[in-house]
Amino acid sequence: MIREPYVNAALLAALLIVPGWAVWVDEPFTITLATRAVIFALAAVGLNIALGLGGLVSLGHAVFFGIGGYAMGVLASHAQSYTPLYDGAFTIEGTKSMPVIWLVAALASGLAAWLIGALSLRTSGVYFIMITLAFGQMAYFFAISWPAYGGEDGLSIYVRNGFPGLNTLDPIQFYGLCLGWLCLALWGYARLRRSPFGLALDAARQVPGRVRAVGLDPRRLQLVALVISGAVTGLAGALFADLNRFVSPSMLSWQMSGEIMVFVILGGVARLCGPVAGAVFYVLMEHWLGGISEYWQIYLGLVLLAVVLFGRGGLIGLICGRGRPDA
Amino acid sequence: MPDAILSTHEIDKSFGALRASESISLTLRANEIHAIIGPNGAGKSTLIAQICGSLRPNSGRVTFLGQDVTDLPTEARARMGLARTFQTSALAMDHTVLQNVLLGALGASARPWRFFAPITRDIALRDTAEAALRETGLQDLAARRTAELSHGQRRQLEVAVALTQAPRAFVMDEPMAGLGAEGSRRLTGFLDELRATAPILLVEHDMDAVFALADRISVLVYGRIIATGSVDDIRADPRVRDAYLGDGA
Repeated sequence: MIREPYVNAALLAALLIVPGWAVWVDEPFTITLATRAVIFALAAVGLNIALGLGGLVSLGHAVFFGIGGYAMGVLASHAQSYTPLYDGAFTIEGTKSMPVIWLVAALASGLAAWLIGALSLRTSGVYFIMITLAFGQMAYFFAISWPAYGGEDGLSIYVRNGFPGLNTLDPIQFYGLCLGWLCLALWGYARLRRSPFGLALDAARQVPGRVRAVGLDPRRLQLVALVISGAVTGLAGALFADLNRFVSPSMLSWQMSGEIMVFVILGGVARLCGPVAGAVFYVLMEHWLGGISEYWQIYLGLVLLAVVLFGRGGLIGLICGRGRPDA
Repeated sequence: MPDAILSTHEIDKSFGALRASESISLTLRANEIHAIIGPNGAGKSTLIAQICGSLRPNSGRVTFLGQDVTDLPTEARARMGLARTFQTSALAMDHTVLQNVLLGALGASARPWRFFAPITRDIALRDTAEAALRETGLQDLAARRTAELSHGQRRQLEVAVALTQAPRAFVMDEPMAGLGAEGSRRLTGFLDELRATAPILLVEHDMDAVFALADRISVLVYGRIIATGSVDDIRADPRVRDAYLGDGA
């Protein structure tokens, strides 16, 4: 068994070295693949806050991913058509600036998480799964039937949004931004896990009755966790839309929610780098198996089955041993 | 009664046709141990749930520190200093012993909204937590995972968590359960001292412990308190002997 910090370090080193090598040998597609993996990993780190620390099995995280995507799409489409977003007592213009888009994406998805959480945290267990799924489907069909922003066809953005001082059209520079966000999110997750809030949240997952008996409200703790979780996943959604220069209702679909959850479970629930391992593995499988067969997800299903049956701590658990990581 | 820390005033609770609490009035005074005894199904757990806030009485009031807390949720009562222990240990099994007492101290501090600095660096919380472990003799097990503790150690940890809560009153639901003779004796000695910190409302089946500790005893049968009095009063009360103690007592 290898100790978890070494595995995490190796994983992050690979995310630095492989795209660096791809620049060296001029393989832009590899960089795009790595960017995709890193963005999925960021979305899954977000989910891991709710699922791993909070024990909240949310099957609606595509809502936050999609809201992040549409925050980018809506702001950028107004900027590229030179039409204001809102023109009344005051004017809100669209923007092509990534920092503004990120802020809006995180705030909007955090707000959505607060609304969804305030209602769905009244339930727990399988009902919580169902109610988050229901919110996901509502958001999905709303996006499909909203013609102003492309409806079913989605929304294309012609030029990638900008970041001060960087050329985001250069794949490796955009990759650097995404990797920076992932590292920041992982650092935040590691801090959160050891913080007073993290301790209380983890206890609320295990024994809500005890948490109440010491004077804390488990539901409020879980609500705040869901808001942080949703904001991180929403940020990933904005980056994903920028990667593809395209946003469509499929980002809001329940399959997307399922995929984000697969990243976490495949890699290892509540493990610091579990979501990273899961997302990287998923993107590699998608690439390699997708080349062999159109129905590559059959094989993915087999792998997922094996990981869940034989390594209950996910891929990280297979390498580092079972059991929950010490917090 | 001016020195009542915790009291119930004629609380009633029914589940359908079953009257689990029938006009129960009792008080817990400063520095006393008030034991509640009664056969299984007498409504002891329902009474505790109403005192601590997880159940709301159909009628009647609960007051704590001179304030009507009937409408307050469990966590608000806990923040006022109502510290309880559970009949079956309710501890975070994945956490270490230290983390469990830290949680208690964190609840009492009412400052859980801190997301970055590690909790172990909060000196005030650590001091409170470690003091509680020392008092209960668990200091050498601080780093142990709670799931690995013996039953008796878990019972001690239940008490330790209550100690971290800046308690003004304790409500203990069968703290002796499953401890064995030696463990019961030690905990009895400990609770005897603890009443100086805060009064204890003690629900307990272990009669030796109750008779050794209690300043007053209330006997609960079928949702009603049939007698309240000193140990000698209760031992002598014929109704209590009929209903509960049997002829041997």
